[in-house]
Amino acid sequence: MIEIRGLHKYFGALHVLRGIDLDVPKGEVLSVIGASGSGKSTLLYCINGLEPIQKGAIRVDGTDVHAKGTNLNKLRQRMGMVFQQWNSFPHLTALENVALAPRIVKGKSRAEAREIAAYQLQHVGLGDKLNAYPNALSGGQQQRLAIARALAMEPDYMLFDEATSALDPELVGEVLDTMRVLAEEGMTMICVTHEMGFARDVSDRVAYFHEGVIAEIGPPTQIFGAPRSELTRKFLAKVR
Amino acid sequence: MQSGINVFTSFGTNDIWFMAQAAWRTLMISAVSIALGTLLGVICGWLLHEGRILAAVLLAPLLDAFRSVPLIIQLVLFYNFAPIIGLNLDPFASGVIVLTLYTAALVANVAQGGMQAVGVPMRRAARSLGMSYWQDLRYVVFPIGARAVFPSWVGVALGVMKDSALVSVLGYVELLRASQILITRTQEPLLIISIAGAFYFALSYPISRYAAKVEKRWVQ
Amino acid sequence: MFDYNFHWRPVFKSVPDLLDAGLLTLQVAILSMLIGIVIGLGLAVIRMNMRGPLYWFATSWVELARNTPALFQLFFFGFGLGAFGLHLTPYTIVLAGLSFNCAGYLAENFRGGFQAVPDTQRRAGLSLGMTSWQVYTRILIPQVFRIVYHPLTNQLVWAVLMSSLGMLVGFRELSGETQFFASRTYRIFEYFAVTAVIYYVLVKLILLASRLLAVRLFRY
Repeated sequence: MIEIRGLHKYFGALHVLRGIDLDVPKGEVLSVIGASGSGKSTLLYCINGLEPIQKGAIRVDGTDVHAKGTNLNKLRQRMGMVFQQWNSFPHLTALENVALAPRIVKGKSRAEAREIAAYQLQHVGLGDKLNAYPNALSGGQQQRLAIARALAMEPDYMLFDEATSALDPELVGEVLDTMRVLAEEGMTMICVTHEMGFARDVSDRVAYFHEGVIAEIGPPTQIFGAPRSELTRKFLAKVR
Repeated sequence: MQSGINVFTSFGTNDIWFMAQAAWRTLMISAVSIALGTLLGVICGWLLHEGRILAAVLLAPLLDAFRSVPLIIQLVLFYNFAPIIGLNLDPFASGVIVLTLYTAALVANVAQGGMQAVGVPMRRAARSLGMSYWQDLRYVVFPIGARAVFPSWVGVALGVMKDSALVSVLGYVELLRASQILITRTQEPLLIISIAGAFYFALSYPISRYAAKVEKRWVQ
Repeated sequence: MFDYNFHWRPVFKSVPDLLDAGLLTLQVAILSMLIGIVIGLGLAVIRMNMRGPLYWFATSWVELARNTPALFQLFFFGFGLGAFGLHLTPYTIVLAGLSFNCAGYLAENFRGGFQAVPDTQRRAGLSLGMTSWQVYTRILIPQVFRIVYHPLTNQLVWAVLMSSLGMLVGFRELSGETQFFASRTYRIFEYFAVTAVIYYVLVKLILLASRLLAVRLFRY
């Protein structure tokens, strides 16, 4: 379970997150929507410990992410993260991309790591691209490669930071399908997304971010069917 | 600890004057070579860019040779070759000739890059306005190209300034040779070598910083 | 030509010795490059991530190496250190001077290389639970090496050319050996002409080897 309490985050003078309280229980798929600059992506970076926070606390399975003694490397193994820019490692093949972290972070043998990697690449539909270098893959394929890379660490949580927004429109579908499969398998997911269809069909809950606070959170039927906040209504009217 | 007759004399004001003169000679030979070499190099760069087969076959390998053989070897070679063809040159003249050719070889590359940076569409635009070839070169290619490669040119010029120290092998008493002479006499290596180093640094550092700043501003 | 008689026979007889000296040149150049790469990487990482005394140490190194003549750096290791009672052998002087110089220039290349790798690569590595060390060695540095591969090759060529300064500190690499023979036989021009050719071939071989290596190294 991910617990967020009274979270504040500044970039210099800029107050990006202005008091976030949020619980994400195991098995839930949470979609986070909102205008760009509303702090959605920053929240993910804070959960993963990639950005320091100024106030409040984030606990993952009871471990305080930003406490002094926390072993972030250990903690991050439990949280897979997929970024907007599909940053596959360009100097490694697809198989090596996925096998690297299990080998050097988890200490698996070379053979074992490759086995895991091959399995996960199969899982995201790249079984025939094991030895391809990223520059030979399309954006959608590279993004699925990034998903496989995160899954190979056998994480308990997956954080998606606008995983499809840098993709050409015709490539979005294949990545969303992969995410859908994960959701059906019971993975706990936090998805920052602009894909309203995905948020409506796949998530258990949807959170609408507005200027650094959660303006409204609830099941998709509520958010998309009968939003309680005027802000949510306005936002949805604009994006649709 | 000092005993017996001291054959060494300590570092004095005369020696500062001696080093200042040597520094002036370093500046002189560098300035003349950089100026002449840049002129020649720009012409060579233009030939490489515009000239067709002849430049590619003859000029390019020649310039390449200057960049593939140590400068010190070039200096010794030329200094010993000149008398063979009946030229009697002093170290300064020999140094200037070799440094100029060396500078030209480096500048040619830079200049060629500058002309390529201007791009064909820009030049077509200029010609379409009715400019002649030379007007295009004078008013479009040169100003734009020079701007693009100014920082690289500064790098080449500073490199030549530092490399001018090698003319000492011909017996030209520039700054480092002067330091060596003084060190032998005064036995104060650290002080003298530091003064020489400080001179080069004081000249090179501000200029290279300035070029880096200019580059940053032009990139934006 | 004129009244000079070229004598090539003694020169050709010493070609095997010159080639041996050429190997020594290559050895000292490659060694100083390897040392320079390790130190240069360290200097670049320090300059990007640290403040305080370490930053100033690294910055001073880089700026001194880039803004003073290589010959000055060699002299410093040659007789500058003599002030501290440290007398290095000619081989060590050249190796230390060249390594110092290479490290300074390479540090700047590496810094540019690191800046050219998107920050998201670092984040992706961290998000997989890698330590900073693992992110550097497994993700960033391999990519940086590809980016700076060409400048790295150029630096090796420079190291070969610069090692000719060994001649001025009594090191018998290719240039020093040539001078040794030349001063014994007074066939200065002939000897240095042959040496110039050897340097030229050496440089071309390095460029060729570098190109072949690149094909094997960078399959992506």
